[in-house]
Amino acid sequence: MSVNYGSKRVVVGAHYGMRDWLSQRVTAVLMALFTIVLLAQVLFGGEMGYDRWAAIFSAQWMKLLTMVVFVALGWHAWVGVRDIWMDYVKSVSLRLTLQVLTIVWLVGCIGWAVQVLWRL
Amino acid sequence: MRLIDATKYRLPLAAYVSILHRVSGAAMFLMLPLLVWLFDMSVTSEVSFEVFRSAFAAGIGFVPAWLLKLVMLGVVWAYLHHFVAGVRHLWMDATHSVSKSQGHSSAVVTFAISLPLTAALGAKLFGLF
Repeated sequence: MSVNYGSKRVVVGAHYGMRDWLSQRVTAVLMALFTIVLLAQVLFGGEMGYDRWAAIFSAQWMKLLTMVVFVALGWHAWVGVRDIWMDYVKSVSLRLTLQVLTIVWLVGCIGWAVQVLWRL
Repeated sequence: MRLIDATKYRLPLAAYVSILHRVSGAAMFLMLPLLVWLFDMSVTSEVSFEVFRSAFAAGIGFVPAWLLKLVMLGVVWAYLHHFVAGVRHLWMDATHSVSKSQGHSSAVVTFAISLPLTAALGAKLFGLF
């Protein structure tokens, strides 16, 4: 089998980048649908206040959907921010550092959001 | 070509949509902790909900209310632009609408939807109606 790593890595051809491209779109569709579902609940149902706002996220199906969307957001943002680092940061060590920090940032934010959601 | 000559090129509208898609995505990535904090405050308890409400009414800590509203106006724009430009991407992928003229007309539609919606929600945020 031919060498496919380092400077010899083939970065074109079938399926290269396909997974990132597709996952970014699938997660985007999920988040767009979630936006519509949440908007519908906010707009229809009378006066908005704490009780009604908290009730929206207290429903079990909404908790599950919201958690899935948080994870989708993290994945989506990972693909996008990684693209930014790959485009502009040429130093490999700096790029790796930024990518690690990106993952820490995203996992931290999503972990917090999931915690807020599931203690309701 | 010298670098200074590059500044004479005018970007097509689709290029602005594309650049702003990246800018808005990066901005929301950076604002993520603020958004999770707002979600936390708004939903956790009636006490935290009051903190959430008063942050927008009277400010919180060293952050005045107008600054928080201004940042949130930026987030609202970023969300709307990213949403519409993202749907534009899906539409281009699904229908192979990638000609120059389609790129231009869909860019016009993107701004025509995202900017008025941002203005309307911004007016609501600042209590203009």
